[in-house]
Amino acid sequence: MGYGMMPMLLAADNEVDFSIHHLLAYQFMGQTVYITTSHVCMLIIIVCIMIFALAARRKMLHADEIPTGFQNAVEFIVETLQGFVNSSMGKHGKKYMNYVGTLFFFVFLSNISGLFGLRPPTADYGTTFSLALITFVMFQYNNIKYNKIGAFTGLFQPLWFLFPINLIGEIATPVSMSLRLFGNVMAGTVMMALYYGLLPVFAKLGIPAALHIYFDLFSGAIQAYVFCMLTMVFVTDKIEG
Amino acid sequence: MSNITNEVLILACSTIGAGLAMIAGIGPGVGQGYAAGQGAAAVGRNPGAKGDIMSTMLLGQAVAETTGLYGLVVALLLMYGNPMLSKFLKL
Repeated sequence: MGYGMMPMLLAADNEVDFSIHHLLAYQFMGQTVYITTSHVCMLIIIVCIMIFALAARRKMLHADEIPTGFQNAVEFIVETLQGFVNSSMGKHGKKYMNYVGTLFFFVFLSNISGLFGLRPPTADYGTTFSLALITFVMFQYNNIKYNKIGAFTGLFQPLWFLFPINLIGEIATPVSMSLRLFGNVMAGTVMMALYYGLLPVFAKLGIPAALHIYFDLFSGAIQAYVFCMLTMVFVTDKIEG
Repeated sequence: MSNITNEVLILACSTIGAGLAMIAGIGPGVGQGYAAGQGAAAVGRNPGAKGDIMSTMLLGQAVAETTGLYGLVVALLLMYGNPMLSKFLKL
């Protein structure tokens, strides 16, 4: 699967190609580890977010009384985010707004990066599983913080011998969250690669735009929304016991 | 028929298995369609609550989609990751 192939950042080529490519190999603790296209695309996305954040900060430091242009856009984003978090987390929303906002922008930009010819980092199970693990740690922390000993005795509810099933239920949450995001983005990537790779050249004019709108923009936005929504739902669920 | 090697047999069976795994797509299709239909009916009864209905419907549909995506992941593993073949070749 792609060992020693030409390093490529572009997802679309003349053959069907949607696998992760290795760009650079190095030794880490006695094992060979690779810098892959996922890392590079993720770095590009992080740099884009940082440039946007710094520009927004610079603008908001001397904000105008009547907002125009860029300031309007930044205020709109922040207000939408506040509404989104507060509507689903209620009074706990304020604490988690930063995390949910970061998560949303990262996942959303990752999902739509297929539009710009990159291979989406979220089509790599490593990325989505890490994101789901962060969420998992966060809601288990809240579980212990708010429910105290109830976090452990809750596993033996309603009957003690249901403990294994409850435990599997807890562990299945991050797995299903990460697989949902991964599967959706991967399905989009595979479909686009098949379309670009297998059809004759005249079919690649114009029609892929509609497919990109569905697979990258629509599906990506929905999945970013759902991932953040599920994070908030699970955290609120744990806080309110 | 006599010149079928073990590798080829494993590959052929894996490909058939990948196709069979995608039958899992039926369930989410029915489920999402049902959710969308109920959502449309709810908007028809109460057009003012369109935003809430939309977000609830999309969340439910995304959760219902999970089983289909498990099928997709299994199919992709069989096609491109093939655990059977690597296990066989190492033994």
